[in-house]
Amino acid sequence: MLDCSIGYLGIFLKRHINIESLNVSKSEIDHVSKFTIVVNTTEKWVHNIVGQIEKQIEVIKAFYHTDDETIYQESALFKIASNLLFDERQIQNIIKESNSQIVTVSREFFVLAKSGRRFEIDEMYEQLKPFGIMQFVRSRPNFGN
Amino acid sequence: METLKEKKTAQKTKKSIRISGAEAIIHCLLAEGVDLIYGYPGGAIMPVYDELYKFQDKLTHILTRHEQGATHAAQGYARVSGRVGVAMATSGPGATNLVTGLADAQIDSTPLVCITGQVPRHLLGSDAFQETDIIGISTPVTKWNYQVTKASEIPEIMAKAFYIAKSGRPGPVLVDITKNAQFDELDFTYTKCNGVRSYKPAPKPDADALKQAADLINNAKKPLIVWGQGVILGKAEEELKELVEKAGIPAAWTIMGASALDSEHPLNVGMVGMHGNYGPNLLTNECDVLIAIGMRFDDRVTGRLEDYAKQAKVIHFEIDPAEVNKNVHADVPVLGNSKETLSLILPLINPNSHKEWLQLFAEKYQIEYDTVIKNDIYPTKEGLTMGEVIEEINLASDQKAVIVTDVGQHRMIGCRYAKFKESKSNITSGGLGTMGFALPAAIGAKMGAMDREVVAIIGDGGYQMTIQELGVIFQHNVPVKIVVLNNDHLGMVRQWQELFFDRRYASTVMTNPDFVKIAEGYHIEAKRVTERKELKSTIQEMMASKNPYFLEVKVEKEDNVFPMIPSGAAVSEIRLK
Ligand SMILES: Cc1ncc(C[n+]2csc(CCOP(=O)(O)OP(=O)(O)O)c2C)c(N)n1
Ligand SMILES: [Mg+2]
Repeated sequence: MLDCSIGYLGIFLKRHINIESLNVSKSEIDHVSKFTIVVNTTEKWVHNIVGQIEKQIEVIKAFYHTDDETIYQESALFKIASNLLFDERQIQNIIKESNSQIVTVSREFFVLAKSGRRFEIDEMYEQLKPFGIMQFVRSRPNFGN
Repeated sequence: METLKEKKTAQKTKKSIRISGAEAIIHCLLAEGVDLIYGYPGGAIMPVYDELYKFQDKLTHILTRHEQGATHAAQGYARVSGRVGVAMATSGPGATNLVTGLADAQIDSTPLVCITGQVPRHLLGSDAFQETDIIGISTPVTKWNYQVTKASEIPEIMAKAFYIAKSGRPGPVLVDITKNAQFDELDFTYTKCNGVRSYKPAPKPDADALKQAADLINNAKKPLIVWGQGVILGKAEEELKELVEKAGIPAAWTIMGASALDSEHPLNVGMVGMHGNYGPNLLTNECDVLIAIGMRFDDRVTGRLEDYAKQAKVIHFEIDPAEVNKNVHADVPVLGNSKETLSLILPLINPNSHKEWLQLFAEKYQIEYDTVIKNDIYPTKEGLTMGEVIEEINLASDQKAVIVTDVGQHRMIGCRYAKFKESKSNITSGGLGTMGFALPAAIGAKMGAMDREVVAIIGDGGYQMTIQELGVIFQHNVPVKIVVLNNDHLGMVRQWQELFFDRRYASTVMTNPDFVKIAEGYHIEAKRVTERKELKSTIQEMMASKNPYFLEVKVEKEDNVFPMIPSGAAVSEIRLK
């Protein structure tokens, strides 16, 4: 958690660690933000990096959780051409079965919102991909338990 | 950080004055006890320089000839005096010229406060003339940085800057101040900072860890201490000595730890690392308990990590939790300021001596002496060696000088053979290995310890990286002694080319200018020694001089520094030739 400043992200870049996801949000304390960073690397490196982040002056506390200690809940948005909704019956099935919602519709495209576990989003992505996805975003807010 | 209530009472008791931001900066510096700063003016910092002009009786500003020189001078000053060094520069190129010095100070934990001017607030982000994002650029190489855009922020930020720079594990802080904040007025009062909410300078020592460490030390048969600069920064030289003597433990130093314990102390077994001594490197892989004190297991110290002290239990005395278990696993981490933790462990330590174990160090020393040291400092061949020059300086200075070294073969030889009686006597660019460091750092060191002799040992390559600082030495008559060990090569790189690149000397041979004439151009007394018979008397003459003095010694062109742990090799694979 920090007051501001994302300068410490260089600590990841130095080690060529790809940031899988980065989430910044208000925390339960005023003027303190919570950064949640998901990376794929060894625990030894994560230990070192957490130490180096924690010593940044603006950082109040840094800690890490391994995969099995983490609760993930992802949200994703899919932008798809509107004509497909009518031409491809399969798409309607996907919407139903995946429990996703249509959040906006226009003449050109509609947007589907889906939240769930990572593999569920992946699955839906794979199903929609053959029909053509115009845009895709996902986010991964999570907690260590 | 102080609470709001404390702040209010402080404001009530101190009367505020209405002044410009630029003047406020000067008052902050004075309130922090600063009387000397290094820097270089330019557009975005001119309001501050205008105030410096008015305050010149209280605050001396030294105009270095390049901003990099200002940072290194501030580093030399800080390292020799234990105080915070201050450097100042304008925006844009002035600020970017500070980066090498900041990086150097960051990796060597040197307390600096650097102040840069910045374009006015309303021009930020517009690619204005001499605008650079120095906050973005300096973030990875500072302990903390901050951009001030309002005059009213100045006192609190400056107080925080000094506090962060010098507390805990020290380091450089950069404060970037927009020009409008220098011109605008504020109601000025100054309260020193003594805490920042999100920052813990030093962990509290843990009694269990101390007890475990003491048990390991008391039961060790072959303990080895390796200390680093943490002993000097923590002012724990006396405690280190007591521990070494009480437990009878051989003690070796990293290049940054040099001079914390008398070079001739019988338990001082020399330097570890790539060009360190044979015994302590080799026996690192034989000790049963390795006691690391205020050092960070740099790769130049450990060699190949997979084969570093694997047989030993490791105790790590360290102020920075991020250093523990970073490179070497610590069986017992002892977190805290070195003076505190060492004082606390001393009563738990049983008196001991490790005669047989120590005997091994003596035997290894003899081997190193016969194959390397003797030829380095008492050569029989014709050409002059770097080692004999250092030995003459030891003799002429009675081992009391501050030795400032640049980077290359001369530095390794300098640190191997220079003898120290007093702490804070070895000033070198350890972690960054910055060529060009020594000349400006020597200026700062001399100004930080006017009562001490300061000798800079520099290679012909590195000397030409900051040679313009001769201007400062001349203008202010700074009585430093400058020794250039001229081998007409980038010697250390040439050595690697010889050993690992089949002698392909790519761009390491230099045609050098007449260094004596250059020094004379700055009206500095200058001599050149080319033969052994002139060496002793010239060095004596240099050390006796009350003025700046330049000495060029023409040394063997293709000598190598040994012992050596080739990069990627284990400490036990140290080569004597
Ligand atoms: C700024 C910088 N550039 C390059 C290097 C790489 N380097 C390390 S030692 C060395 C040679 C130094 O030559 P010189 O100053 O003549 O010293 P010598 O080794 O000959 O004693 C070089 C180029 C460095 N350490 N710093
Ligand atoms: Mg050279």
